[in-house]
Parts: sequence; C-alpha cells; structure tokens
Amino acid sequence: MTLSLNRRLFLAGASSGVGLAFVGQASAQTGEGRNKLIVVIARGAMDGLSVVVPTNDPDYRRLRGALAVEGALPLSDGFGLHPALATLHGLHGEGRMRFAPAAAIPVRVRSHFDAQDVLENGGEGLRQQQDGWLNRALQAGGGAGRVKALSIGAQTPLILRGAAETSSWAPGGQVKGEDRIASLLQDLYVQDPLLGQNLARGLETEQQAMLMGGDTRIRRNDIAGLGQAVARLMTGSEGADVVALSVDGWDTHARQAPQLQIRLRALDELIAGLRQGLGEDWSRTALVIATEFGRTARANGTAGTDHGTGSALLLAGGAVRPGGMIGDWPGLADAALFEGRDLAPTLDVRSVFKGLLRDHLGVDRAALDGRVFPGSAEEAPVVEGLA
Amino acid sequence: MRDQAELQAAIAATRFALGARPGELARIGADARGWLEAQIRPDGAPQPQGQFVSSEEKTRQFSAYNALAGQAAQARERTAPSEGMAGAADPQAQAADEARRQGRRALQQDTAREFLARAQLGATSDAGFAERWALFWANLFTASATKFQSAVFLGPYEREAIRPHVFGRFEDLALAAETHPAMLLYLDQAQSVGPNSPLGQRREGAGLNENLAREILELHTVGADGGYSQADVTEFARALTGWSVPRPRDDRPLPRRAAAALAGEPGPRGFVFRAVQHEPGTRAVMGRSYPAAGLDQGQAILRDLARHPATARRLSRRIAAHFVADEPPPALADRLERAWTGSGGDLSAVARALIAAPEAWAPQPLKVKTPYEFVISTHRALGSTPARLQTLAPTLAAMGQPLWAAPSPEGWPDTAADWAGPDALVKRLNYAKAVGDLSGERVDAAAVAEAALGPRLTERTLQFVRRAESRPESLTLFLMSPEFQRR
Repeated sequence: MTLSLNRRLFLAGASSGVGLAFVGQASAQTGEGRNKLIVVIARGAMDGLSVVVPTNDPDYRRLRGALAVEGALPLSDGFGLHPALATLHGLHGEGRMRFAPAAAIPVRVRSHFDAQDVLENGGEGLRQQQDGWLNRALQAGGGAGRVKALSIGAQTPLILRGAAETSSWAPGGQVKGEDRIASLLQDLYVQDPLLGQNLARGLETEQQAMLMGGDTRIRRNDIAGLGQAVARLMTGSEGADVVALSVDGWDTHARQAPQLQIRLRALDELIAGLRQGLGEDWSRTALVIATEFGRTARANGTAGTDHGTGSALLLAGGAVRPGGMIGDWPGLADAALFEGRDLAPTLDVRSVFKGLLRDHLGVDRAALDGRVFPGSAEEAPVVEGLA
Repeated sequence: MRDQAELQAAIAATRFALGARPGELARIGADARGWLEAQIRPDGAPQPQGQFVSSEEKTRQFSAYNALAGQAAQARERTAPSEGMAGAADPQAQAADEARRQGRRALQQDTAREFLARAQLGATSDAGFAERWALFWANLFTASATKFQSAVFLGPYEREAIRPHVFGRFEDLALAAETHPAMLLYLDQAQSVGPNSPLGQRREGAGLNENLAREILELHTVGADGGYSQADVTEFARALTGWSVPRPRDDRPLPRRAAAALAGEPGPRGFVFRAVQHEPGTRAVMGRSYPAAGLDQGQAILRDLARHPATARRLSRRIAAHFVADEPPPALADRLERAWTGSGGDLSAVARALIAAPEAWAPQPLKVKTPYEFVISTHRALGSTPARLQTLAPTLAAMGQPLWAAPSPEGWPDTAADWAGPDALVKRLNYAKAVGDLSGERVDAAAVAEAALGPRLTERTLQFVRRAESRPESLTLFLMSPEFQRR
C-alpha cells in the first residue's frame, strides 16, 4: 500500500468520517495495478495423490485400492485432478493453472507441527526461524516496499509473522475505526506496542472491509462468499497485495474419500470466489496452494492414509502462464517410495516460492537465497513465465 | 509488607487463577501461597455442576445414534436407485434421516451444555488455580469437537479422564486420557487393527492406524525431539491395536463366542479392549522391548513414555510457559522439572513447585489471556456468570477459540503472537464494547477494576477509566486495558 500509516492520524481521519481506505479506493481507478500473491496453506497434510492423481501410474491403484480417485479430470503428463476441483480444472484448461505432483519441504519430518513451522518459516532445518518467510519477503522489498499484507482468521499464521507490518481479518466485525474508544485505546496502549499496533491494524482492515463490502458478516459455510470478501480486501489502491490463508482439515487418517470430497470442493469454491471478487485484478494474481507434507502411498487399515512425505503443490491465477507439470514424477513403484512408504519428493517447495517472489513480487535472488530462505541458494527458483 | 501481600493476592488470582471476583482479593488475604496450595487436592479439580451422564452411558447413547445413522443409510440405499424421479424422496428414508439428524443434534447440544457448565464453574469457582491447572492438562491432551465422534464425549472426557487426575501421577492422567473414547475416536485409534491379529487376517483392508501413537509421542509425552523414529511410532501403534470403544454392531446376533470376541473386554470410562484386533508379538519402542501382553503391552509403553526424562523436561517448560511467560525463565522450568523427577511425576508436587517458585511471582504481567480466560475473567470481575450459550459460543469463536474445538491435536496455542493478532483484538474490542453497553450503566468501572486487579491496576489505566465520557466506555476501557488483557 502507498501510505506508511500513522495510526493516530488514521484513526483521527477515520473519526471525521473520511476513511483513508475510502480515499484510497477512489484514487485506485487511476493507479496502476499491482501484482497480487495469495498463499493458501492446506493444514493437516493434504493427500497429494488424491488431488493431482497419477492416473497413468501403474502402481497407483494397487497401492490405493478403494481410495484410488475415480473420474479424475484430465491434466497434462498423465495426471488428473480430483473431480471436486472443477474451477481449478477450468483454469488449467485456460493455461492458468500448473501443478507440482511431488513437492515437499526441505526437512523430512512427519510431525504436522514441525512441518508446518518449516513450511511457514522457510528454514532449512527445524526450529531455525522465528518469523515467516512471507514476512521476510516483504521486508526484503517484495513489491517495491508498497505491499500490504493480510492474513485471514483471528490468528496470524507464522508465515506472516515478523517485523514487517501485516494485518489480519475475519468476518463478523462490529467495532468501527471511527469509534472514540479506538483512539482512546491507542493512548492506553502506548506502553504495550504489541496490543497497540495490532489493534490499529485490525481496525484499519475492518474499516476497509466495511467500505469495500458493506456487511462483513458471511453465512457459515459460504466459502465462495468468504473468497469474495477476501478478494474485496485486495482490490483498490489500499487493497492487500499479499494474503495468507489457511484451509484446515486435511488429516485424513480414516474415511478419507468423503472428507476429501468436502474439503476439496470448499477449496475450489474459495478459488472461484477469489477469482470472481478480484475482477480485473485476477489477471495480476498468482495463488499457490501448499501443504506441510503428503500422506502414505498405501491406504492404511481405516480407509485413510497416515503421515507421509511428498505431496502436490498447485499454482493458479491470471498471472500464471501455461506450462506442464513442475518437477519430476518419481513413480510409485515400491523401490521408488521414500522409506518404502511415501511418495518421494522431487521438488523443494521453496524453489516454487522463490520463483513466485522473484517473478511476481520482484524480490531479488540474493535476498531470496540469504534472508527470505536462509541457506537455500542451491534451490533455484522455478516457475518461469509469470506475468 | 501489606502492599506486598496485596500484590501477591492479586498475582495469585490473576496469573495462577482465572481472575478475582468482587471481594476475592480480600478473602485471599495475606497468605496467597496458602490460598493456592489449599486448592491442590488428591481428588483433583472441582467438577462442573449439572445433570450429566457418565462415559459409559455416553457410549450407549453414541451407539444408539450410530444405529440410527446406519438405518438412515440403509433406507437411503434401499430407495435411491429405484426412484426414477429426482427429488421424490421416500417418506421412510426421510423419517429415518430426520431421526438421525435429531439424534446428532441432541448429542451436540449435550456437549454444548457441558461446556456452558464448565464456563460457569470457571466464572464462579473459589478454586481458580485448580481450574486453570485442569484446563492446562485438558489442553495438553486435546480431543477436539472439530470431529463429531469426539465432540460427543468431551464432557465426560474432561469430567472423568482429566479433572480427577490433575493432581495425581502424570502417568495415571495419561492413561486415563489415552483410553477415553474421546481420544480413541479423535485420533482414530478405535478402528486400528493389527494386520496379524485374528480380525486383520480375516478382514480385507483392515489394518494399522498410527495417528494416536504418533501424537502420544510427539504431543503428550517426550515431544518431537524426544528421540524416537518412525519405526518407534509404528511399533507403538501395533501395541495400541485393540484399544477401542463399543460399537453398535456389538449387539448384532452372532454365535455367542464370536460376539464376545468381537465385543472385547470392557474397561473403565467406556473403554473396550478388543483382543481380536490386537497385533500379536513383542514390540520394541525407544530401545526397550515389550513382550506380548495384550492390553498391558500398550499400557507399559505408555507408562514408560510418561516417566521418560524428556517428558518431564518438555512438560515442565510448557507449564512455565503457560503460567508465567511465552519465553519462561529457565530457572523456573528447571525447578518444575526437579519437582517432577523427584516425585516420580506427581503433579501435585509440580503444582507446589510452581507456587513456591519466585520467578512465578514477578510483578509484570506478560502472558496475553486466551479468549476463554478473557471472557471468564470478565465475568469474574463483574461477579456474573455466563448464562447463555447463544452469546458465549459466537463470542469465543470470533476471538479464535470456538467451544472445545481446538484446530488440531496440538491444542490451543499459548503465546501472545497467537492470541493478540490484529483481527483477534478487534473481536476482543467487539466483546468488551458489548459488555460495556450491557453492564456499564450498572457498575462503577473504577471499583470493578480495583476489585479485579488490586495493586496490579496501573495508575494510567485507572485514569483512563475515570475520565471516560460514559459508564459503558469506562468499563470497555478497563476490559481492554493491557493489565486486564494480560495476566
């Protein structure tokens, strides 16, 4: 965003009824469009083998049995997309979706929490970074220092935590930035910067949500509506350029098929809502969906799968250019499996993230190798040809 | 001296407990440590009040619900393919499905009522430290309402598996938690079948599920860096096969011996051990060998993990981080660990060590309250009690802590960064404004603030509270003040 916001000024301005967000929105019509990046974290270990289905792999059905996905929507390179992902499949047809069938974080762990930490903090090993790589990318000048970042949900995910200011938003706000109490609290929080800064950012975002979207209450389970609401917070000159959001519930140890059907449909609706809500900005948007690790290649004893290693990573958005699969396919032959049980990763998720940050947000290579993803110099950015 | 005693009473009520009710600081009086220690009781933490059923009765209710669900599914299958017209639903199938839905709603409402009773206990209890201590252990052994099967059991889980054991030996608490239907269903243990067990040999596709075994190692005992491998996880999972819950099909007509074998051995609190699905053989976990012993095999491994030094170290630090600071003083964690190790994992000794530790009494409030602590301490400050779930549930959900629905087996997070994000603070302000609007006219917020925080109330906040332009605003400012948001 273009302002470095003085909180008190903002709140004072807001109380006069002229929200800065509103001013920004009006001026946006003449402003140049900026690139948008959305990072979706699928928490709980999304089963990549059910998302990007290796339909031509001779071992897939043998390993998965009744869990093998039928009716996959055809992709390139002998893969298919889970049938619940119709929007994403449509994007693939337009050349606006690409997939990496066997990606993973750089550390081999099967703990959700350790792995999510690594996925979000961008470290080379366990417990090396306290802040998130997306926050460090903002500090490293992603988007020429004008980027405003936002996470969705009451809690700020690790990926966006750090020194660069970010905000967070979830539906259901009632307090308005112009309320007198908000500026009193800024004074009261002088000696508690954590509370002071975060409340100011939260109110600013809430203000913007109301100006852009009117009612910020969204019906429960209206995933497309949530996608549209998030998209509204990304449009206009005050809109966020970088958004992180989480979709939970992928830990399918038992009765996997019906659960995945529901989760994937929700994910697809979210993307449809984002696309619709972003309007013209969609052409400048890249969206990446990643998970902490994949699941066992074989079905377990309870019609589910246990914690594994490689999983699928998806890229979508108007800024994505056509291309085949990203990375290689290791195959599912017993000898090819990682530790005899998991899809072996052929691609480090960081190389995709680095490609996005370089080509889409303009973060330079040295910063990517050193500061954003410390110790990752050997993982070259992939994904050429973003808009 | 008097000032010091008042400060200690305020710290006892706020940092160790759930906040002071009106007059409570005076009742704590000069012996804050004594007040806390008196809450350590061998029979555990106090129980929520209400007409609630036992774990065993709950397993019967759940089986009855599963039977309804089975009938609904059968009715659907019977009618669906033969009907040519879409939408022409069979009345029988509709009725069966309606019965299923009603059954589900009733079970969910029972759990919600139990949550309300627990919140009411938190708001009114004279033993706020025992309550916080119980909440800590319930969170360590998280079973979450994000999964319906688990949600059904959360009330009896906390009442019967957690609260009675929180001042006993850790291994007994661990055993009660891991064998409860809430946990066995949440982490998929109930269905895990040993591939070489009689059932595994007969039933195509039945097999191991390692979810509970992994989370016991990673989250409940030694921790991710506790020195175990994937092979240990798998071995432990094999040992745990057979740990299960009653199922509706246990009642179906079968030859008596077969039925008895499938039904398994009932244990306490709705637990069932099914030898028929237990993996035979010796197991090796973290360098120790465990001979075949049925149910006892998994129990022996669990007890060893509970007694492991890595468990004592990890959980001591976690207690310190929960009660005192996100980055707790190492000396405090060391004290707790020594108490843990020296007592063989006696949690009452660990609680006493926490109370005795000088680091736990530092005046500065560092921890940001969880949403639940914020809401409960607000009720306590006002001398009120949450009366309606319709208010409590959306309030907590908006601040990021929906009823008993931790997002993962890791439980609720525990740092300021987790709870005081931008949106979360907006939602806290929503709530504080609503409380101000509702109650502000009836109370003197300055008096409320002084009664709730004693010497922990800063002059600055008191000034803001006094200078507010209206009574509702005054109360809202107090509730949002740094010293009420923290503890």
